Amino acid sequence: MKVENKVEKNWAGQRIVSPDYLLFEAPREKHFMTGSEAVKEAVKRASVDASVSYPITPQSEAAHLIGELWAEGYVGVYFRGENEFGVMSEVAGAAMAGGRVITTTSGPGTLRAFENFPMWSGTRIPVQLVLMARGVNSPLSIQPDNLEVDFLLDTGCMIWYAENVQELFDMIIAGFAVAEQPDVHVPIITAVDGFFVSHTREAIYLPPDDIALPPYNPYKSPMPVIDAEIPPGRFLRDPFVMKSNYISYATHASWQWEVRAAIERSRPYAKHYLRGLTEEFGNKDSDIVFVACGTAASQAKEAVRMLEETEGIQAKVVKLKTIRPFPYEELIEATKNAKYIFIPEFNVVGWLEREVRKALYKKSNAEIIGTPRVAGGMTMPKEIIVKEVLEYIK
Amino acid sequence: MAKLGPAHYSPYPVAVYEQVLTPPPGKALMFTEIVDEEQAMREAAKAMLTRENATIFPGPQVLYAWNEEAKEKAKLIKEMAEVLDAKIIPMYDYRPKYPKIDPEVEINPNHPNLTIWHNKIKACIFIGVHCHYANVALKIIRSETDCFTIAMCSQAGHEDAMITLRDQHVEEIEKFIEIAKEVKKELGKA
Repeated sequence: MKVENKVEKNWAGQRIVSPDYLLFEAPREKHFMTGSEAVKEAVKRASVDASVSYPITPQSEAAHLIGELWAEGYVGVYFRGENEFGVMSEVAGAAMAGGRVITTTSGPGTLRAFENFPMWSGTRIPVQLVLMARGVNSPLSIQPDNLEVDFLLDTGCMIWYAENVQELFDMIIAGFAVAEQPDVHVPIITAVDGFFVSHTREAIYLPPDDIALPPYNPYKSPMPVIDAEIPPGRFLRDPFVMKSNYISYATHASWQWEVRAAIERSRPYAKHYLRGLTEEFGNKDSDIVFVACGTAASQAKEAVRMLEETEGIQAKVVKLKTIRPFPYEELIEATKNAKYIFIPEFNVVGWLEREVRKALYKKSNAEIIGTPRVAGGMTMPKEIIVKEVLEYIK
Repeated sequence: MAKLGPAHYSPYPVAVYEQVLTPPPGKALMFTEIVDEEQAMREAAKAMLTRENATIFPGPQVLYAWNEEAKEKAKLIKEMAEVLDAKIIPMYDYRPKYPKIDPEVEINPNHPNLTIWHNKIKACIFIGVHCHYANVALKIIRSETDCFTIAMCSQAGHEDAMITLRDQHVEEIEKFIEIAKEVKKELGKA
């Protein structure tokens, strides 16, 4: 048992344990709860210093439940921001001041806050955003759709995608452990599909709630505490380009590459805490492969079962747990025998199809098929997936 | 890090895109190889003792007396400079210097190449520089210069340096100084 030798307690009176103990070794009990409730349970065990909320469907309940944790003494600071731009700025301030910070948003709230996400990564703060995806306007939708993830892909934040309530709980805990590594230290966006996960009650196994992650140690940050003179603080008021183009080009280029290099450095840590960046389901040697994340992976698994039961056709699912970093090597290995690669998605643009095509360009001879693709809140029944597969392979 | 610079801007030299990651605990990174710490220390000492105008760039974490460890490290860095016959040019903060840095008295992470060019530095050690700024500077140096960079990091290391030593605290710095003395003797420079 790898409990930390020195027994300490956090301000809530919880015993401090290592992330490994909390995630892999502590005894777990079965519960039945929604994704929003799982967020509360994860934050309760994460020694969170601050959280700022703003209501937007479908993440409002998760934000409200974090507020309850503040009232119960588990979260240090909690308040409602003026809007999502305010929220993401305020959590940045709390993180720059040395706190462990989490917030939640969805859909258009993400876009309203958008300028802050590359600011988060550029200032190397390990903020965690739980994104309960719902798509963006217009026309207005509050239904399951993950178009906003496409917008976030190049913000310099890590992006992980949880399939279900259990994975959401574990990813939130692991997210802090990985994002706060000194050589990583960039924000982590933990995405789930709104409603399908946020509002669906599922079985979940939780460790006891009297143990928690060690508090964040800001002295291991790759940057000193922000002030008005030291970058990045200085650059918020005094960009490189205003004084010297030469400095602007060199530093800006190197700085942006460094943020992306930090995401790449997260791979070994993420592999450890997530037990791999990908997960396979079905016949390992099958030449029909679904590549998916989130709820689309769940539906693809059902389609794999149905294909075998009704058609005698074997297939498999490669579920991507991380989108940034993108699991290139794992995907290439998992699709080496593929003839057909289907990419089911809950958005109109097919951002995951683009990512997969890029990853497999000149690395796979398989036919890559961006289907089925539903949007705006449409569901993706397994029957539709099976029908499309049969049409293609016949 | 993969190759000695100058690597120029396009594509920008970024070691992780050449599949080079920071070394695991207990190990060091030498070019693209994970090696034992002692081996990397020997090569680092050799580079500093054989290349022109070797210089140590101490950063804020060792330049100011934040804590006892910082004070001890600062003393050891002075000793290290004597053993390596190296100059010390401090990176005492991270502000870009306008209108132009004085490259004889300081180095800055936003334009480190100016100091390296001016002083014709062919080998250097980064120590006590916060990781983000070390990484920004090391990429620029590799892009613009042929300086052999060595990073002595108290945390996970820097893959953009040619040699990176991780978890370097007082004990490890003392070990490096002893190894440097041996290498110096072997080179007939003692």
